[in-house]
Amino acid sequence: MNLKKLILPALSFAMALFVSGLLVAFSDSNVLALKSQPLEMISKAFATAGAAYWALFRGSIFDPQLAQDSFIHGFYPFSETLVAASPLILTGLSVALAFRAGLFNIGAQGQFIAGAIGASWVGFTFDLPVGIHVVAAIVAAMLFSGLYGGFVGLLKARTGAHEVIVTIMLNYVAGYFLLWLLSTTAFLRPGRQDPLAPEVGPNARLPLLFGSDLRANFGFIVALIAAAAIWWLLNRSTWGFRFRAVGANAAASRTAGISVARVTTSVMFIAGALAGLGGAVQILGSEPAMTAGVGGSFGFDAITVALLGRATPIGTVFAALLFGALRAGGLTMQASTETPLDLVLVIQALVVLFIAAPALIKSLFRLKNVDAGETVASKGWNG
Amino acid sequence: MSTTEVRALSAPERRRKRGIITMGSLGAFALILFGLLPKTSAPVTFNFVLGNEWVLTRERIVDSKSGALVFAVIALLAVLLSVLQFRARKTIRFASGLFGASFLMSFLCWAAAGKFIPFTGLLQGALFLSVPLIFGAMAGVLSERSGVINIAIEGQLLAGAFMSGVIASLTQNKIAGLLVAPFAGAAIAWLLAVFAIKYGIDQVVLGFVLNVLVIGLTGFLYKKLLIPYQSTWNSGGTFAPIEIPILAKIPVIGPIFFSQNIIVYLMYAAVILIHVALFKSKWGLRTRAVGEHPTAAESVGIDVNKIRFRNVLIAGAVAGLGGAFFTLGAVGSFSKEMTAGKGFIALAALIFGRWSPLGAVAAALIFGFADNLQGLLTITGTPIPSEFMLMAPYIATIIAVSGFVGKVRAPAADGIAYKRGGGSH
Repeated sequence: MNLKKLILPALSFAMALFVSGLLVAFSDSNVLALKSQPLEMISKAFATAGAAYWALFRGSIFDPQLAQDSFIHGFYPFSETLVAASPLILTGLSVALAFRAGLFNIGAQGQFIAGAIGASWVGFTFDLPVGIHVVAAIVAAMLFSGLYGGFVGLLKARTGAHEVIVTIMLNYVAGYFLLWLLSTTAFLRPGRQDPLAPEVGPNARLPLLFGSDLRANFGFIVALIAAAAIWWLLNRSTWGFRFRAVGANAAASRTAGISVARVTTSVMFIAGALAGLGGAVQILGSEPAMTAGVGGSFGFDAITVALLGRATPIGTVFAALLFGALRAGGLTMQASTETPLDLVLVIQALVVLFIAAPALIKSLFRLKNVDAGETVASKGWNG
Repeated sequence: MSTTEVRALSAPERRRKRGIITMGSLGAFALILFGLLPKTSAPVTFNFVLGNEWVLTRERIVDSKSGALVFAVIALLAVLLSVLQFRARKTIRFASGLFGASFLMSFLCWAAAGKFIPFTGLLQGALFLSVPLIFGAMAGVLSERSGVINIAIEGQLLAGAFMSGVIASLTQNKIAGLLVAPFAGAAIAWLLAVFAIKYGIDQVVLGFVLNVLVIGLTGFLYKKLLIPYQSTWNSGGTFAPIEIPILAKIPVIGPIFFSQNIIVYLMYAAVILIHVALFKSKWGLRTRAVGEHPTAAESVGIDVNKIRFRNVLIAGAVAGLGGAFFTLGAVGSFSKEMTAGKGFIALAALIFGRWSPLGAVAAALIFGFADNLQGLLTITGTPIPSEFMLMAPYIATIIAVSGFVGKVRAPAADGIAYKRGGGSH
């Protein structure tokens, strides 16, 4: 891998941290109280932002305090990063794959929910032997969400309904459907009034990676396998070639004999299945009892991950690890320094914004000869 | 000659045909489910407010089963009318409108059997809920007609809501808050314009990222400043409704349209102004030229990117003003992510309305009505779970974009960055 390719993302991340640091420092009442003493104000500002970022690190990579019990325990935060990153990798791959075929999948949220419903339902309804149960739950999740995504592709191929609009609408539909499901006797945990499904059975759980102290589970491996599979699909298979051809130029592909309708439908099916696999990993891995809020902000995050990863499988994995770390660390930061978790969203947006505008970073740092790489381009409404 | 004519007509005609089929099946569905299937019948009370005095009301009591039946038959007659109009090669706009209204009435008779429906209040609330959607859709029209995709409507609405709420609270002056709102929206739009037009970044991606940025920023500041210091930072209050003399006294229509607050009146003005300016003024002609064929526009001396830049800024200002409705028009204080995806619904309304100002307004009103109806029926209780009622507007949108609207055509150069000296085509 060319090291030069990393300069731009690294500088973008640094810039995003810097700008967000200013936000943290100058919205702090202790810093603002020193208005009359500029020098002390600046040092206090540095201290405030520094404390927030130190908490972010402690919450996402390594915590020296936890390491005092046992060294492996110090990596508890890193394990949390892996837990947060696994569904992000999968939903990010979903968006990235669609991007490569010229489709903008805003529907990862709904597909994630469809997958979570499938995994949860198989997980708590049936009682299957070790190994088979977890596979069955994953297959159900991918089937549900694949159909949910494939429907969008089919609709686009048949009627021309734009996938951006249809996926946005289906996200709401999935959210309300889940809310309804959780009020039915089939899904509501016995004896509960609030929307909470029963926990999935022990055989349906993904095994832990580093012993019972750390929550990191096999879901991360599943995500890596999926990334490798998508890499192979896109770069080594005929189907992937067709996907990319349609993404590059749909009209030319049609002339060349590729069925654009079939590509659109199958890309959306796979994209849906990937996002749904993310939902399955969430349910079978770290959150065995499905709640109404299981979808979280995965739809948004998936898109920023895919954009930061430049819609390549490898890039998506690294982007998801970065954002997973921000997510895991953000919780610690919020708890220990009273810095709202929303800062993580600001950092995410800024990173992607800077990455998307290489000209800006280049002119800021007076860089020359930096490989900006390809920027992701979606298709406009007429695409 | 005849072949080109057939080809030119075939696309909208195919769309109309598909629309008629959709309407026909929905009408038959209504007839069977709402009119024929229910075994029992109960009276539905519709309440109309006559003047601006809420005491002056009139009630109409309809039998639920026969009401549903009658309206379903009217809906089917509207389908028949649309077939006749289609045969005569006319537009089916009136017939579709009639169909939609009677389908909804049929549904209402069925769903509200034995209940009380405050009809005027239902429409008034519908208008209230569509205000931000209409502002958002107008922002979409302004920027997309000139060729810049505006996915950042949500962010512009949210920025307007936040800033207007905060400024109104800090200055204890609601007018000051209202005046700041357009600038907040325009600030986000400025980012969109700089990155999209100057740096040529993908506009859909960019708009999306800007939404995340605004959601993050406002959420951060909300928790950091607005919650702990609520009395200074987040107590802006709301505008009281203003009754327009004479007009507010018109039965039914008066209380719905002319007894609203100042932001709603600004919305009427914005819609009329944008519609007229877009189709009747030099600015409008240039805007549309730049959005459809920038190379041709430049060849007659129009500065494409300058027009686009200005339009995106105006669009942001309009959306920002709409954002003020959340705080100063409705709730009185800001809360985290209070726009709740309304910007995306506005985007749907824009596409549903085929990028025309009046079409977008109609679509936004339909969404607002569905939203309000759902709220009302959830309170009164319906035969179907409230979650499915909540889904209805979104499913209706999907049906609409795949059945009625079909292959939508955006302005030809929408979303494509333009470099001087041609080359976007």
